[in-house]
Amino acid sequence: MHRISSVPGHPPQLEEAMKALTLAAGISCVALALSSGAATAETPVLTVLTYDSFISEWGPGPAVEKAFEASCGCDLRFVAAGDGAALLARLQLEGVASETDVVLGLDTGLTAAAAATGLFAPHGQPAATALPVAYDDPLFLPYDWGWFAFVYDKARLPAPPTSFADLAASGVKIVIQDPRSSTPGLGLLLWVKAAHGDKAGEVWAGLADNIVTVTPGWSEAYGLFLEGEADMVLSYTTSPAYHRLAEGDDSKDWAPFAEGHYLQVEVSAKLAATDQPALADAFLAFTQSAEFQALIPETNWMYPAGDVPLPEGFETARPATSLLMTADEAAAARSAALAEWQAALAQ
Amino acid sequence: MASSAGAVGAAALLLVAVPIGAVALRAGGLSLSPADGAALRFTLLQAALSASVSVALAVPVARALARRRFAGRRALITLMGAPFLLPVIVAVMGLLALFGRSGVVNAVLTALGLPALSIYGLQGVVLAHVFLNLPLATRMILQGWQAIPAERFRLGAALGFSPREVARHLELPMLREVLPGALATVFALCLTSFAVALILGGGPWATTLELAIYQAVRFDFDLGHAAGLALVQALVGGSAALAAWAAARAAGFGAGLDRTLPMAGPGGWHRGADAAALTVAAVFLLAPMAAVLLRGLPGLAEMPGAVWPALVRSVAVALASVVVTMAAALVLAQAVARGGPRWLDLAAALPLATSGLVLGTGLFLLVQPFAPPMRLALPVTVAVNAALSLPFAYRLILPDARALEADYGRLAASLSLTGAARLRLVTLPRLRRPLGFAAGLAAALSMGDLGVIALFAGEAEATLPLVIQRLQGAYRTEAAAGASVLLVAAALALFAAFDRWGRHAEA
Repeated sequence: MHRISSVPGHPPQLEEAMKALTLAAGISCVALALSSGAATAETPVLTVLTYDSFISEWGPGPAVEKAFEASCGCDLRFVAAGDGAALLARLQLEGVASETDVVLGLDTGLTAAAAATGLFAPHGQPAATALPVAYDDPLFLPYDWGWFAFVYDKARLPAPPTSFADLAASGVKIVIQDPRSSTPGLGLLLWVKAAHGDKAGEVWAGLADNIVTVTPGWSEAYGLFLEGEADMVLSYTTSPAYHRLAEGDDSKDWAPFAEGHYLQVEVSAKLAATDQPALADAFLAFTQSAEFQALIPETNWMYPAGDVPLPEGFETARPATSLLMTADEAAAARSAALAEWQAALAQ
Repeated sequence: MASSAGAVGAAALLLVAVPIGAVALRAGGLSLSPADGAALRFTLLQAALSASVSVALAVPVARALARRRFAGRRALITLMGAPFLLPVIVAVMGLLALFGRSGVVNAVLTALGLPALSIYGLQGVVLAHVFLNLPLATRMILQGWQAIPAERFRLGAALGFSPREVARHLELPMLREVLPGALATVFALCLTSFAVALILGGGPWATTLELAIYQAVRFDFDLGHAAGLALVQALVGGSAALAAWAAARAAGFGAGLDRTLPMAGPGGWHRGADAAALTVAAVFLLAPMAAVLLRGLPGLAEMPGAVWPALVRSVAVALASVVVTMAAALVLAQAVARGGPRWLDLAAALPLATSGLVLGTGLFLLVQPFAPPMRLALPVTVAVNAALSLPFAYRLILPDARALEADYGRLAASLSLTGAARLRLVTLPRLRRPLGFAAGLAAALSMGDLGVIALFAGEAEATLPLVIQRLQGAYRTEAAAGASVLLVAAALALFAAFDRWGRHAEA
């Protein structure tokens, strides 16, 4: 019953354990070295910095890479860095020493700050044609776009609100994203500002009791909505299409707001310091091709920027009005809009 | 030994200080803004509350585990550790399944005609932090109970000690040694909280220092401000570590014979109280885990192929981190136990209070001139994970290292036992229990940590937490929930393997 272990303890098992530990450490070091050392080929390399969801196996990345490499005689390499705002921070950190040739995934809330860095070169491509508003920027080339909207479950919320005022007057609970850490969060801030201008602070004060919580990013907010924590979530008009087409689930829809819906336009740009300017130009031209554009709706779940047919069932309705601040307006408005937002929700 | 401890301590300090310095240097200085005062106040408030509640609840649970023997006790101890190993967003989803607006608790309250409870607010932040940290606090305190030689309890029984006298002569001195470290550790962990505080805090009033750092880097691209905030965070965490050091008193029970005697816990209402403490803690910790499991099981079939190589990468990173962490923690703990300089204690605690974002950004700036950051993603992750696990490992080893030094230091010296022989014959056998537990924690923490990998990784370097984040970011909620179950299972298996090795000697 009484086991007595003397000072030396169990040296044999201990040594075995230490051996196993050393072996495991050795194996993992080799595995790390193998997976880190990328093979360098003779072919020229085009490095494209983009957000996480673009390069995953269910995103557009793999098909884009295959299609472009078939014609460019190059090695297309994607590097991922979080989301749109993280991309710009990353490029600013890297400065001219960056290996990046093309960045894909900045949005219209960030383009003024991006242009001010002086890191980008003109793309020289014709303007994209399938946007609901005119957009022609010498540095930034749209490849897809979408409208921000509140998404809801049709069975749980039969009569969704029809404007911000209607939402504020209702007992409908929403979950939104923090503009300080999330691109859609910043989009909502600009949406309210574009629609209500000087009254934006009052709109936020009215919405305060509708907001269940504020999440750091889109995925947490959407997860909370799917769990039933809120009646509506800030997302895109294309979100219900995902459930409809990918999951065969037609239970979700987006609520049209009378003020109109703010646009998010996703753009790519060429780095001025690229060592592959010709390949970078070829890639930017490729993003406008029908081949690239046709991939967008069902992998990135956004509207294509070029004139390609939309998949069956992708779109059920369009907002009557599109809102979009110019890059300079957005840059000028965002700090004050953030302060209004914080003050209204600080109680 | 002393010089290697100095080197390890210096490395830990540098790993915290140099990235902040690199970020500040890039920005040309440090800065703070008036709004930072509010962020600091909220951060201190929630961290202090979370730490006090976690530790206060952990004491009765640890005592019940220490003095009762029942079927399934070992399994319960291992399983109750699971919440600590959960990725934060998975833990939040598990809690919401119970306490959320459409959770079980509110469904019951509504059915009974009672008003609904809201989890969103300070109460939710503290609830989540207690859920995440009660397991760690319990284990740290349980280690303390188990470090009291069984002969002392026997002597107490022979002298006819009442439970009150046992508490006064044995348990309180032990708690005085263990509690400050447990409090400081949980406090520092909650200090860097970001997603939990924001999601459950319910809005921008719940702004922590880490969220302010996100704003500085991403919204304003003001690196000087980010570095300033990171420095404040590190200073607060460092002060907590120093305060704990000053408050802790060695219990000085002396050596025992390592006999594993069944400890006869007091009967009567004490038995009922222990049972209640264990039941409440087990339900509180395990019910959200069950919710995570239920959510995730249907998603297991939906997982993309990318999870498997990511799992292998995560395990490799975890094992490499364990080796680095344990070597560093053992060297530091032994040096401090032998009366080494006070700054080593600070060096071992400081990484806990580091801002993940500033650490990652600083390392990125440091690495970039020499190699593409993508190529170094996994080695950098190993280094950072090892640094972040060091404070736990150190805290867990230190009490036993002190006791070892007091009880066997002179004997070992008189036998001229030094170097590898001393390590093999004295140190490793005597410290096996905390070493196993700390190694398990380090492995599991490394598995679950998103850490700096998100700033560095390309397509080919993704770890499992990063793949989960990417799935969540692309509507694939079910697959993400499935992959989370896989992650938790793998982390728990690694943890249990090391911990079991450590508890081999225990009855």
